[in-house]
Amino acid sequence: MADATLQHNAVAHGASGEFEAPLFGAYSKKVGMWLFLASDSLTFGALLFAFSYNRIYTNPWPTPFHAESIANATVMTACLLSSSLTMVLGVFAAQRGDRAWTRNWLLATMIFGTAFIVLHGMEWSKLIGEGLSIPGFFTALGVAKPAGTGEMAEISKNVPQFPQAFFGLTAMHMLHVTIGVIYLGVVAFRKWFLPVLAVIWIAGALMIPADNVFHYPVHALGLGLVIAAIILFLKPKVYDAHDVEICGLYWHFVDLVWMFIFPLVYLMSTKIT
Amino acid sequence: MHDAAAVHDDSKGQYFWVWGALLVLTAVEVVLAYKQVFQAARMLEILMILSIIKSALIIGYFMHLKFEKALMRWMLVISVTACFIIMYFFFFPDADRVQPPPNGVGVGVNS
Repeated sequence: MADATLQHNAVAHGASGEFEAPLFGAYSKKVGMWLFLASDSLTFGALLFAFSYNRIYTNPWPTPFHAESIANATVMTACLLSSSLTMVLGVFAAQRGDRAWTRNWLLATMIFGTAFIVLHGMEWSKLIGEGLSIPGFFTALGVAKPAGTGEMAEISKNVPQFPQAFFGLTAMHMLHVTIGVIYLGVVAFRKWFLPVLAVIWIAGALMIPADNVFHYPVHALGLGLVIAAIILFLKPKVYDAHDVEICGLYWHFVDLVWMFIFPLVYLMSTKIT
Repeated sequence: MHDAAAVHDDSKGQYFWVWGALLVLTAVEVVLAYKQVFQAARMLEILMILSIIKSALIIGYFMHLKFEKALMRWMLVISVTACFIIMYFFFFPDADRVQPPPNGVGVGVNS
């Protein structure tokens, strides 16, 4: 049907015969997103391989994740998997032209994504509070390092590869999830999403204390706000089913990456006592 | 919308099955981690196999690649897989070659 649609458009514009049929049988935006995801998968592939390299190279490897951490990460995984289902339902609603339910399913996806970010943020804060940190990170920020004295502080001191690999990989993924939530918000609510994002950003910047690791990263929301505003200014249209499907591809990719991070980072570093 | 989406619009139930299968596979992974019945290397193999099955379900069904044109399907899968295989041979022989560093001895580390 994609071919037929393109041919129909070509005829409608009096340009029949001037355009080749699409090579992949899909519209260009979708091919573009797939190509981006292919390149992004190499980014995550390199990070996961680097993590695995550290895992093999460093002997003994820390196993700091107890039952509580694994339970938390399992709930996070369930959130992402459920968000993929609501995303699929959103794509179906968009394809049948039901804009209200498209918005509802996209909102449900955003809620699951936000729950993932919040749970992950809480996990990070807990680990950092217990003393897990990248060497030199807090010095570079000019804030006092949390005075952890237990297991995590020992790991940071003896095996700095662990916090470096853990925070590097999970931060990259968390950034992708955050971008995904903003992307979904723009597609679902267009310009009405911008003030909501602005309020969340400003509230975060004011409420997160200076010694918290998220004090500076919260400004990624401000950057997202500017980019989203520029995109909406340049293309102030109602997003159609194609746009919903494409943002769905991105969202499923974020879910897909976590399917490797969860076992490799958490389950392979488990200590259940 | 493309042909594939139109053809599969009426089979929404399969996505619930895929979602259920993904949750069950995740539960299996967690149980394996809790029980710790395998050595680390065997555990890694099993977890990676389960992860590849889960990713195939996500790519095939949720991302609809199963229903795309064969040329697109194979070009994406082969190119990305080839890159991962190259990465594998680039990283892992070196990781095995390097001697373990003398650090890592302390509380909270495996022996």
